[in-house]
Amino acid sequence: MSAAPQKAKAGAEKIDVTVTAVVPLNDLVTRFEFQRPDGAQFPTFSAGAHTVVHMDDGGQPRLNPYSLMSDPAERSTYAISVRRDDAGRGGSLFMHNNVKVGDAMQITYPVNLFSLDLRAKKHVFLAGGIGITPFMAMIAQLERSNGNWELHYSVRSEALGTYVDQLTYKYPNKVHVYYDDQGQGIDLETLLDGQPLGTNAYVCGPKGMIDWVHATASAAGWPDANVHSEEFTAPQPGKPFEVRLCKSDKTIMVGENESLLEAIEREGVEAPFLCRGGACGQCETDVVSADGEFIHRDHWLDEDEHAAGKKIMPCVSRFVGKSLELDR
Amino acid sequence: MTIQFNKETFRDDYSFKNSDWAIERFPFPFHEDSYMYSVNMEQHRGGPEGSVYEKRFDVDEHYVSEMADRAMVLADDPLRCQSLPHMTLAGWDLLELIMVSKSEDYPDLFELHRDGDTWRWVNKPMGIDDTFTFMDETTLPYGPMEYITRQTQGDFCVLDQREDNLWMDAGMITTQADWSLDFDIGMNFFEWHAPVPKAHEMGIFQRALKFLLNIPQGAPARRLNWTMTVNPLLDTSPENYHKWGIQKTELTPENIGAKQHLRVELQSFFRLPRSNALVFPIRCYLIAFQDIVKSPKWGRRLHRVIRDLPEELATYKGFIDNRPMMLDFLSAYDDGLPTSPGVFPENETEPPLKK
Repeated sequence: MSAAPQKAKAGAEKIDVTVTAVVPLNDLVTRFEFQRPDGAQFPTFSAGAHTVVHMDDGGQPRLNPYSLMSDPAERSTYAISVRRDDAGRGGSLFMHNNVKVGDAMQITYPVNLFSLDLRAKKHVFLAGGIGITPFMAMIAQLERSNGNWELHYSVRSEALGTYVDQLTYKYPNKVHVYYDDQGQGIDLETLLDGQPLGTNAYVCGPKGMIDWVHATASAAGWPDANVHSEEFTAPQPGKPFEVRLCKSDKTIMVGENESLLEAIEREGVEAPFLCRGGACGQCETDVVSADGEFIHRDHWLDEDEHAAGKKIMPCVSRFVGKSLELDR
Repeated sequence: MTIQFNKETFRDDYSFKNSDWAIERFPFPFHEDSYMYSVNMEQHRGGPEGSVYEKRFDVDEHYVSEMADRAMVLADDPLRCQSLPHMTLAGWDLLELIMVSKSEDYPDLFELHRDGDTWRWVNKPMGIDDTFTFMDETTLPYGPMEYITRQTQGDFCVLDQREDNLWMDAGMITTQADWSLDFDIGMNFFEWHAPVPKAHEMGIFQRALKFLLNIPQGAPARRLNWTMTVNPLLDTSPENYHKWGIQKTELTPENIGAKQHLRVELQSFFRLPRSNALVFPIRCYLIAFQDIVKSPKWGRRLHRVIRDLPEELATYKGFIDNRPMMLDFLSAYDDGLPTSPGVFPENETEPPLKK
C-alpha cells in the first residue's frame, strides 16, 4: 500500500525471559521454566504451539524450536522440556550444560503448526519419547474444556519415562504407557479400529513412528485430515559447503555444525524464518544455480520440488557439490 | 482527541457524510498511478498519528451509526452472523482481542476491568456496561463473537486453520462488497475466492495463503482492497442486490460527484491465541468522488487508475457500465501533472489543479 512501510522481521516476535527453574527429569531430559523479567504475563497460547529459543553459544547463535508443554492457561510461566542430543549440533547440549537459573534469554511468541482440530469428537494422542511435550499442553487445554482424549505413550524404559508418573497419577484411565524394554508396543490397528466417528489422532515422536501411524491409519480407512503429526527436524551436521548469496553479494561457508540458515544469519544477511524445523515454509529460498546435489530434509517442499532443485529450505537442508547460488 | 459521532444513515435518505477530518484520513488505496492485484501485505503495527492505520481497531465518527445499521441488517437477516460449533473458542479469543485493544487504544471511550474470569466491559459511545464471566456463554446476551462485533466497525471473518488451509467457519458480515457469508460458510480459502478473475492465474492466492497460514501471534498484518459503490451503502450484499443493484443505473453527470463512492477495505489479520484461528477484520470506508477530488493528488491519480484498469477488473468490481461517466467526471481533475509516490494526499506540497 504502503501506509507505513515496515519490513517484515525474520521470525516471530521475541520475548525477553529469565530462566526460573532447571529441573532434570531423567538422564536425558531436563525441563526449563521461563518468566518475564518485568513480571508481566505471557501471551496465552494454543496447545501444540512451539517457541524458538535463542541461544548464544560462545558467539555462535543457535535457535532451536521446542514445544511449549506448560498449561496454556497458566500465563506467568512457560515451560519446555529438552532432550539432550549428544550427536546433535549442540543446541540441546548448550541448554543442558550452560543454561542456569537466573539466566536472561530470548524466546519467540508461540507458533502453532500442530494444533488441535476443535471439531473432533475425540482426540487420540500417540507419543514417542520426547514427543510427549506438545501433548502435555493439549491435555491441560482439553481438561479445562472437558474434552474427550486418551494418550498412548511409548517410552524406552521406566527410567526414561518422562512425565509418566505425573500423567498416570492424574489421569489413570486415560493414559496408557508402553515400555520398549519390556517388549510392550502400541497395538495401533486395534486402537484405531475401535474409535468413534469424528476421532482425530495426533502423533509426535521419531520419524519412523509418524510414518507408521499415517500408514496404518490410512490403511484402516481414516481420512488423512484426521491424522495430525509434528516432526521437527533438527538440522543435522554435514560437510561444509560454499554458497554464493546473489542479492547480498556475498560468498559464505556453511560449517559442519551449523545450518545454511544459521550461516546466512552469521554473515548478517536477514533471512525470513519461523519454525526452523523444515515445517512452516517461511524460509523458502530460490536457487539461482546449482552444480551438485541437494540434501533436502524439510517437510515443506513436495517431492517434485525437491527433484527440481529450484528451491531450498535453508533451516534444515544442505548441499554437496561444486557451486550453489541462492537468491538471498 | 474526542470523536464527535455522526448521526447519519447508510440507506433510504443516505445522510452519511465525511467531515474534513474523515476525508483527510481516508485510506486512499493507490500508491501509484496504476493498479494491479498484489498481496501487498504489511505489518499492522500502528501508522502515522491520526491515520486509520494507527490503532488496532480504528474507531471514527461513523461508529455509532454503523452499529445501528448493523443491528438493522441483523434484524432482517440473522444469517449474516454465523459461527459453526467448533468456533466458539475463537469467538472468545476475538472478544478478548477487541476489548483489550479498544480499552488500551481508546481509554476515554472503552473500559475493561478484569478480576479473574469476571469481566466488566464499558462501551461509552453505545451506552453499554456489562459484567460477564469470560468463557461462559450463558453470561452474555449473544455468543462472544456476535456480542463484540455488534460493537465493532467492520466485518469479521473468523477462519479456522487446518489441513494447510483456512476455512470460513464463523463471521459477522453486514458491510460486504457483494459476497455472502451464508453462501461461503464452511468453504476453504480457494473455494471462497473462486469468483475473483486473473488472480488465480497469477498465483496470487497460493502466495497469499502461505503468508496467512504463517501469521504468528503478536504480529498482525494488513492490506487494502477497494471497489466502487453508488450511494453510501454499507450493506451491498448479494442477498439485497435487488435493492441496491438498481441504484447503479441512477447515476447522472449531475449527481455522480455526490453519489459515486470509492469503497476501501482496510483488511487486517490477527492470529488468535487459544484457538489458533485467524481473524480477518474487513473495515469498510466510503468516500464520495466530490470529496476525493478535494485533494489534487488523489483526483489526478484516481482518474488515471480508473482509466487504465483492465476491463475484467472493472467488470468484476461492478462498475464497467459506469466507467465512461466516472471518467468524464474525473478527467476534469487530471491536468496531467505528475503525482508524488505514496497514498497520503500531501495537500501542502502537491501542486494545485491547473485549470
